[in-house]
Amino acid sequence: MIPAAGYLMVSAALFFIGAAGFVARRNLFTVLMSIELMLNAVNLAFVTFSRQWGQYGGQIIVLLVIAVAAAEAAVALALVVLLFRNKETLDVDVFGQMRE
Amino acid sequence: MVHAVLFAILSAIAVVAAISTVLRRHPLGSALSLIVAMIALAGLYALLTAPIVAILQILVYAGAILALIVFVIMLLNVRAEDLEYEKDAVPRTLFALVVAALPFGAMAWAIWQVVPAPLPAVATRFGNLSAIGLHLFGAWSLPFELVSLLLTVAMVGSVALAKRRLEG
Repeated sequence: MIPAAGYLMVSAALFFIGAAGFVARRNLFTVLMSIELMLNAVNLAFVTFSRQWGQYGGQIIVLLVIAVAAAEAAVALALVVLLFRNKETLDVDVFGQMRE
Repeated sequence: MVHAVLFAILSAIAVVAAISTVLRRHPLGSALSLIVAMIALAGLYALLTAPIVAILQILVYAGAILALIVFVIMLLNVRAEDLEYEKDAVPRTLFALVVAALPFGAMAWAIWQVVPAPLPAVATRFGNLSAIGLHLFGAWSLPFELVSLLLTVAMVGSVALAKRRLEG
């Protein structure tokens, strides 16, 4: 049997891969998917601890997080469509200069 | 033994697919890699005796959310020449590596220090649908209802946003 530490290592690796992508990439879609990756890493940690302690809270929270992620993806993609129609680009840096 | 082999295969697939998600130039390649990572994660959930979470991961994440992302990428018709602005990304990449590697090192060290005993045995019916349902509609019913409200708000909000025309 793999101890909980193995799953937590995978979770930490996925989280920081997502964080690196969030910082390094300038494509709006890739930034969005990096966030999804970080959400998933946290979900894995929740399920691991749920299994470790034999409690259901972790699994229930993961179900709620999946629902929240679906809502987040819907709103974020609507914003992406709106921004792309407005500026004809997916470059995050261009949208940073819109605050006038 | 089987458990360890499955864990090694699934976690390797998840990490490689995650790196591919972050590195691909075109967002469509990222999205397809992310689907692979989600399915590998569903396998890890199944190994952790969370079958309902594994099924919902595939249905909602790999099925609905990623399908939505792929759909929008294709709707916007992103071509390779639209992505030229990311050609010279060396300083950003170095910065991101430092930003990610330092906390990851600290966290990996912390996890290593804990080294808990192998996962304890759980009841044979742990994580099955009726147990999850009893908890979801028992102690967790208020957050569950709030999520339905959130989904309604998000649906109305995204329709309103996508229909809007920006002036000037």
